Amino acid sequence: MSGLPIRDLGWLERPGEDWRTRLKALTAGKETVPGAALAALARPALNLDRLIALDRVRTKLGGRLDPAGLTPLRVALMADATTDYLAPALRASALRHELLVETHVPAYGEALAEALAEDGALADFGAEAVLVASDYRSLGLAAPRTDPGEAAAVAAAAGRLAGIARAAAAAGATPVIQTVPAPADPWCGHLDAALPGSPAAQVAAVNAQLRALAAELGAPVFDADALAGLAGRAEWDDPAYWHRAKLAFAPDLIPLWADHAARILAALRGKARKCLVLDLDNTLWGGVIGDDGLEGIRLGQGSADGEAFQAVQAYALSLKARGIVLAVVSKNEDDAARLPFRQHPEMLLREADIAVFIADWTDKATNLARVAKTLNIGTDALVFLDDNPAERARVRQMLPEVAVPEAPEDPALFPRVLAQSGLFETVALSAEDAKRAAQYAENAERAAAMAEIGDYGDYLVSLEMTCDLAPFDRVGRARIAQLVNKSNQFNLTTRRYTEADIARFETDPGVFDLQARLTDRFGDNGMISVVMFRTGPEEWLCDTWLMSCRVLKRRVEEAVLAAVADAARAAGAKRLVGDYLPSEKNRMVAGHFEGLGFAAAGDLPGGGTRWVLELDGWRVPELPMRLTGALAPGWSREAAE
Amino acid sequence: MSREEIRETLSEIFADVMDLDEVALTDATTADDIEEWDSLSHVRLIVAVEREWGISFTNAEIEGFKCVGDLVSAIAAKAG
Repeated sequence: MSGLPIRDLGWLERPGEDWRTRLKALTAGKETVPGAALAALARPALNLDRLIALDRVRTKLGGRLDPAGLTPLRVALMADATTDYLAPALRASALRHELLVETHVPAYGEALAEALAEDGALADFGAEAVLVASDYRSLGLAAPRTDPGEAAAVAAAAGRLAGIARAAAAAGATPVIQTVPAPADPWCGHLDAALPGSPAAQVAAVNAQLRALAAELGAPVFDADALAGLAGRAEWDDPAYWHRAKLAFAPDLIPLWADHAARILAALRGKARKCLVLDLDNTLWGGVIGDDGLEGIRLGQGSADGEAFQAVQAYALSLKARGIVLAVVSKNEDDAARLPFRQHPEMLLREADIAVFIADWTDKATNLARVAKTLNIGTDALVFLDDNPAERARVRQMLPEVAVPEAPEDPALFPRVLAQSGLFETVALSAEDAKRAAQYAENAERAAAMAEIGDYGDYLVSLEMTCDLAPFDRVGRARIAQLVNKSNQFNLTTRRYTEADIARFETDPGVFDLQARLTDRFGDNGMISVVMFRTGPEEWLCDTWLMSCRVLKRRVEEAVLAAVADAARAAGAKRLVGDYLPSEKNRMVAGHFEGLGFAAAGDLPGGGTRWVLELDGWRVPELPMRLTGALAPGWSREAAE
Repeated sequence: MSREEIRETLSEIFADVMDLDEVALTDATTADDIEEWDSLSHVRLIVAVEREWGISFTNAEIEGFKCVGDLVSAIAAKAG
């Protein structure tokens, strides 16, 4: 068979012969085990037995596991079927996505009661995400209805799941709402969709209500119904396992389900990849450009192979359209590598589509690190597609945090590998995403302008920047939530909030909130900074301060401070207080408050530091930009008028 | 495939499914002899056996397995 094996997670490398030996070795010693070692064992495609074995080892390690590098997440699994395999499979698969998941599972059949109880096991657990999963049989939708009772049955089923989701949201957790997989077997056959009382139509009606609920709550949907279709409905819906152990779907498919659940949770925590790095020869075209020349490579209409390579390029462009940055790393002479981009009539990708283009003879791991550095992102935000198994193995060895999907022999399957891997999973798509790739290209132009001018101050003035400062609003909400959950480096406190939280802050009188946008003569950078202060009569305490690394060293943070200080003064406050809470990735802002003129005010537990700015003596510096928006300081508005 | 060979492969599957270092199976071995062999791991055991030999069992057959010997006989009958 030439297809990509979906059930066996065909985009992942196979576990080596020594997988179990490596797993056992973790528990053999007494020393601390880094989280990265567990993540490495979780990266290959694991069957259910191996997922469970890996989860056991994690439990066994207990305090010996050093969780640094893994993001902790507490997940309640509210399911209407046997969860004994689902929970360990989810915990183990989450490690593949650098999440350290703790689960809470109510006793069989008690999910709704537990969710609605104000105190009790679920509340004690402190879930951050609640996965709401059900089954057509548990929901009473297995039987067809010939009387008009189907509306009531649908309402009861949807209401039951909505009850759990709403209770979770009210308790401050993010519900992840799973659609109900339709049964494999029809009632009247192809007529079913037209009969509201058929099990298929009842399930479809419930799913429509669940989608509406998710939109209302700002909650991600886990489309298990689509996943069942992908895996093959007849394989998914296995009545023998339902009768044997109340398994909602075949155990062979649990690793697939768990990886999908884990990727959604990872996306929720801002762990999605940002950049696709492409090899060239035999990845974007057939043949070797250095040997075969422009006329010799296979690309485009006329040959099956050439069409397949063109489809790879089309897929890369479809990712770019939603904000994934494209880069090239190839072992080639630079001019040979660029030749098809410039002159081949069938190339869909052009040089302008590639934010970073590296073609030389340096090893690819080094060049991937260069790509990350140029784009100001971590290597853990990269995905690398290369047809050559040796290059893939080398990159995995040198940079295990780079995602390197298995590329099947047939390039026709490259797009499918990327699509099925879920590496670019996202829980929301904002208008800004679509612009991001262009923004990286504009950054490259700015760098060129800088090189021409030389003096940095002159350069900033030459950018003709306008910084727009406004309170949170409905339009900005999705992007604010995205920044709050994705920003790692320029983020003083790394506090994560859901879109629902953000909506609450908009009207909370105890919170001063600000979103900043920046445009310059090269283009619109979009929303690039989010700040929240807890207001008090005397002092305002900084809860969140983050900024996109795209606009580093543009003095945006000073503009933001000017807006905060102006508002605080107007409200009668005497000082601003800011905390720096160190994380794995935010060392770059350790000196943030000091740089803005705050004075040190002691250490915080956990290695953080506190800083204070007395507003009395503070003076606004002259900034190389125009300030606009409702929160632009009064003096700047006057100056502009 | 002899009963001996089936038992040997089965031992490896047991070790994998139950996460044990070594398993010495005889025809008389039952769930009482292996602590990790409970109703939950039993489901996974059957999945692994079905996958290994490319066969499938009905629930009635599965409920009839009382010891390793029963399982070996069923595999021998189905896998030839």
